[in-house]
Amino acid sequence: MSQNIIELREVSKSIHGHDVLYNINLEVRNGEFLTLLGPSGCGKTTLLRLISGFEQPTTGKIFINGKDVAGLAPHLRHAHTVFQSYALFPHMNVVENVAFGLRCQKLPKKEIDERVAEVLKIVKLEKYALRKPEQLSGGQQQRVAIARAVVNRPLVLLLDEPLSSLDYRLRKTMQIELKQLQRKLGITFIFVTHDQEEALSMSDRVVVMQEGYIEQIGTPRQVYEDPQNLAVAKFIGEANIFDSEIVGMDGKQITVMIQGKQRMVKSTRSFTVGQKVYLLVRPEDLRVWNAEEAGDTSDMLPGVVEEVIYKGTTVDLMVRLTNNKLVAATKFFDEDDDRLEYKIGEPVWTTWSPGWEVVLPHEE
Amino acid sequence: MKNENGLKYFSLSVIWIWLIIFALLPFLLVSIVSFLSHDENHLIRLPFTLAHYIDLNNAIYLKIFEKSFYLAGLCTIICLILGYPFAYAIARMENHFKSLFILLIIIPFWTSSLIRTYSMITILKPKGIINSVLLWLGIIDKPLALLYSDIAVVIGLIYNLLPFMVLPLLTNIERLDNRLLDAARDLGANRFTTFRKITLPLTMPGIISGSILVFLPAMTIFYIPDLLGGSKSILLGNLIQNQFLVTQNWPLGSAISIVFTLLLGFLLFIYWRTMRGKEHGNLI
Ligand SMILES: Nc1ncnc2c1ncn2[C@@H]1O[C@H](COP(=O)(O)OP(=O)(O)O)[C@@H](O)[C@H]1O
Ligand SMILES: [Mg+2]
Repeated sequence: MSQNIIELREVSKSIHGHDVLYNINLEVRNGEFLTLLGPSGCGKTTLLRLISGFEQPTTGKIFINGKDVAGLAPHLRHAHTVFQSYALFPHMNVVENVAFGLRCQKLPKKEIDERVAEVLKIVKLEKYALRKPEQLSGGQQQRVAIARAVVNRPLVLLLDEPLSSLDYRLRKTMQIELKQLQRKLGITFIFVTHDQEEALSMSDRVVVMQEGYIEQIGTPRQVYEDPQNLAVAKFIGEANIFDSEIVGMDGKQITVMIQGKQRMVKSTRSFTVGQKVYLLVRPEDLRVWNAEEAGDTSDMLPGVVEEVIYKGTTVDLMVRLTNNKLVAATKFFDEDDDRLEYKIGEPVWTTWSPGWEVVLPHEE
Repeated sequence: MKNENGLKYFSLSVIWIWLIIFALLPFLLVSIVSFLSHDENHLIRLPFTLAHYIDLNNAIYLKIFEKSFYLAGLCTIICLILGYPFAYAIARMENHFKSLFILLIIIPFWTSSLIRTYSMITILKPKGIINSVLLWLGIIDKPLALLYSDIAVVIGLIYNLLPFMVLPLLTNIERLDNRLLDAARDLGANRFTTFRKITLPLTMPGIISGSILVFLPAMTIFYIPDLLGGSKSILLGNLIQNQFLVTQNWPLGSAISIVFTLLLGFLLFIYWRTMRGKEHGNLI
């Protein structure tokens, strides 16, 4: 218990008789950067509102810092929210916005001034103290929103898509700033995004959500390299998915049949012979050879280059396999492999190193 | 692009022409008339004179001005107190209920305001609905003299003008971002603080435009004091009307109108000055 700052136990939520969240079990560790990742409408905001106290769960319990928070008002939960598109008070300047929470607590003026000044320094907004929100850039507004929340010294900061309204470059900068800020403050961040790249690059752990369910919780590496199911695999990054069937199980040695070729795969799961499975191979793991390079092609899949997309540091190939399936392969430029010249229409062999695939059972 | 600009200039010039013909020109005519003389045989005649303005500095007229301000102000405040919670409730409703209520507010406009004011007589008169109900309930033992009193005038004004308060408030409150209220709550503001620090300042433009839309007609609608206030109740509106239609002293009526217009212009100017620089200073 002591490790977890927030726990959700079998929480579900329906709004107007419409089920939004189902059986959510979640443990948030003290001091971690946790990201809720999922497509728009999957219930991320609702989950955040349950934690912050704006909504009450239909069933289940929520614990913050070991205490059941059922019925507790938002400002008493030690969890403050940075709202989607910030919700700064437009008629107040930066200082008034940031001091709002402290003034509601009726703290002495001196203490308010000190704490506001301290927080503004942390978010580097001292110079903008007297500006109105509309006179600030998107990134600065974002920092005001964070300052307004952290000045109350919460244990947890809840951030609802704080970067989604910023342009690409600013978003990259703010990602780093947010990460640094979290380390400096040492408090738990629960961060919401629908951008998988953002989730992977920023989080200690990622919670992948889909249509009101938690599909998987894990480190960025776990959810990327070992997705629990097809939905997670498809949502986190690009993936080539091959239909396949188990033809041999000999201890840890698994043999599958794929497009008429047998090959060895590795998995920690257990399967039965004859079971239908998906093989999942990330584009950067897929190798593409031409006829001379290929060598032994007994477990390789033949195809034809259909598209070559030059991307600066990488080249993306689209290969049409003989069963008409289109697969993607990403090749990095490096000195050992200077042959990155592919011609459209060129016949090639595709393969990958055994063990670099993920074997997933068919879902009912 | 050029076409778009053309359209812009066209609509702008239509608005300007409209304003010149229907606002500036009449105002100029009234101003000129207010400086002309008047006698038994002529509605207006030369020479120019300031006499009517000097006449206005008379205790009776000042009293009427004062009373009109007082009643119109009272009516505006009551409309605000009644209209604000009403507009707030409607603004927060689900969409289909919302349109129904907005329709209900607008329906009375389909009947002439004059007719609706006449019908109020039947409600307010000694044997009218209000008195009958109160008598029947035993709250009073003889009918109240509601009709032909200032109370009747204020009730009539409120009834006629309440929608002008509700509609601008409604649009303003609807635009209020719910997340701001959530944010205030998250920071520990109770309902009262949230209202005072967030809702009220952010709906001030609606409050002010609603108040202007109620106050101006409340000062000058002449048939409501005429019908409901009886002969005793002379307000600015019927004072002006009497000068034109009863005593036929056009220059005096014009002078009163001009003083009144300048006064209101001055008030609007003050409002504009205090709102300038504030981004929320736009009306409605
Ligand atoms: N107040 C509400 N009334 C009805 N449906 C709602 C309400 N709030 C959220 N929902 C529904 O709940 C689902 C999840 O919404 P939300 O939590 O906002 O998703 P996300 O933040 O992941 O985009 C959506 O299908 C949405 O339509
Ligand atoms: Mg959302």
